[in-house]
Amino acid sequence: MKRDPLARKGLTGRLPHAWRQPLAIVGGVIAIAWLVVALAAPVLAPHDPLAQDLPRLAAPGPGHWFGTDQLGRDILSRVMHGARVSIPLTLMLVALSVLIGGLLGACAGYFGRWVDETIMRVADLVFAFPTVILAMVVAAALGASLTNAVLAVLVVAWPAYARVTRGLVLGVREREFVLSGRLLGFSAWRSLRVDVLPNVTGPVLVLATLDIGTALLLLSGLSFLGLGAKPPSPEWGAMVASGVEVFDSWWVATFPGLAILTVVLAFNFLGDTLRDALDPRTARAIKERAL
Amino acid sequence: MPTTAAPPRPSRRRGAHPLARFLIRRILMALLLAWGITLVTFVLTNLVPGDPVAANLGQRALGDPAIVAQWRSEHGLDKPLWEQYLLHLQGVVHGDLGTSQQSHRPVSQDLAEFVPATLELAGAAILVSLVLGVAFGVIAALRRDRLSDHALRVLSLIGISVPTFWLALVAFYVFFYRLQITPGSGRVDAALGTAPAVTGLQTVDALLAGRWDIFGSAVGHLITPALVLALYTIGLLTRFTRSAVLEVLGQDYVRAARAKGLPGRTILFRYVLRSALVPIVTVAGLAFGSLLSGTVLVEAIFAWPGVGQYAYKSATTLDLPAVMGVGLVVGVVYLVINLIVDVLYGVIDPRVRLQ
Repeated sequence: MKRDPLARKGLTGRLPHAWRQPLAIVGGVIAIAWLVVALAAPVLAPHDPLAQDLPRLAAPGPGHWFGTDQLGRDILSRVMHGARVSIPLTLMLVALSVLIGGLLGACAGYFGRWVDETIMRVADLVFAFPTVILAMVVAAALGASLTNAVLAVLVVAWPAYARVTRGLVLGVREREFVLSGRLLGFSAWRSLRVDVLPNVTGPVLVLATLDIGTALLLLSGLSFLGLGAKPPSPEWGAMVASGVEVFDSWWVATFPGLAILTVVLAFNFLGDTLRDALDPRTARAIKERAL
Repeated sequence: MPTTAAPPRPSRRRGAHPLARFLIRRILMALLLAWGITLVTFVLTNLVPGDPVAANLGQRALGDPAIVAQWRSEHGLDKPLWEQYLLHLQGVVHGDLGTSQQSHRPVSQDLAEFVPATLELAGAAILVSLVLGVAFGVIAALRRDRLSDHALRVLSLIGISVPTFWLALVAFYVFFYRLQITPGSGRVDAALGTAPAVTGLQTVDALLAGRWDIFGSAVGHLITPALVLALYTIGLLTRFTRSAVLEVLGQDYVRAARAKGLPGRTILFRYVLRSALVPIVTVAGLAFGSLLSGTVLVEAIFAWPGVGQYAYKSATTLDLPAVMGVGLVVGVVYLVINLIVDVLYGVIDPRVRLQ
């Protein structure tokens, strides 16, 4: 019997296989480690991230393993506290994009006609810009602040979810179980929630996992450009930017950059494994090869 | 009665060549989006909390209501918003993007100077990404589940995870500052002068003028920023090429080709890559967008005198006309690239035209 890749419980059914992948395990461990750092930074960090009481631009060594910056702040403590700034904001950002994009995409796919046209043309418009450029323009127009940077990333992030969700909803809208639900008298909202939603969540979650990395790169990029976090906030992108001014003291920029890299990598490892497990094309290719 | 009269309704479907109709539809769509881009940049400019009058007039002029009123009417600010938008649109169509507050020159003039440098950088990066990304992707697909496939997977995931702005800084520090094997910032050694500008691309201009010394210097300056910029797209294209090739490898006609004993090289180039090219070209078009984005972050570090650095400077000083000009021009460049991709798509895959 042919297995329908969009069948219900596709995600949970294949998840254990995904977890057996070493990349997913590495990604999961790194992600959990960062979550722990973010939660426990006030306890773990050896110094106050804002206190300017250490020697300036000291190279990494005992007492300050990541060195100090040009204001005499401990970089290790700042990187740890930076996790409290970047990680929750990024997760919230992606959750909001999934919610907004998913809802709009589901409406577009389910109701069709002018709802579809309006929503998807707006999405096309966002896709007409390279992301950093549009986010930069939005952030500059709103004024430089971390909240506005988050809003700017949100503006460029939601259409991807709208497109994917719309496509998936279009795929199931005419299927028998949805139609029979409608015939039983389900309202549009109930039909979307009960019959359509479970068939859409898997691929959207994969996209979201992969998008966490992209969102963090974009958010820290805006801060790097001076359009996000304001000093003295220990935001990683802004810390890399402050390292540009003193770039012969390599440690100032290197460690916050590595922090961004490891977080993004962790979520990309996780997302990539999930995608392979759920992607019907890859799954089919595997099956074909096994024949 | 003659029965050979012309058909009553000339069918438009039969009239035009399918490729021509496909092209016309795509171009109309692009024009519509270009108009949308002007709308977006205009709306964003008007979202700004700051007062453009205060930003442009001095303290003394601000004290005089007559001067303020005159300035407002000169710039059309006393008109309703839709009329302002029409004026803005009129300006854009005539190439007037306003005046930059930092350079005090027309934004269009600034952009004309900086766009070629960015196109050279992004063009070099997309070439590198296409060659390496497709090659890596094919290797990964052919050696599926072997060590090289796993290694390439990890490497390409690292490639898409590295913050570009940080990598640019690290590369500049290591290769220029420490090892001193790459030339520093800028596009060409100042001591050599520049080749007469024909295309605005230093490498091409140097070749046209036969100045090999300038060409060498320009290529040397181009290598590091282009590679830094390309890393993300190499990773992206590797992943996509791999899955595109894998999908084609599972098709019946590939198995048939193998069964009838065609050499592996023929199968790879004539059968597999030909159809895998469609998704690859699409992704390459999208990748070009991320390259244009990346230039903002890379040019600042390498002091590459392109749109990216201009955008960075204008964004940090909140020079809005310049920021909007960049948004508009880069948006349109991206649109043109995607239009080219769509056309290529139609050329490669005849089925697309018929949809």
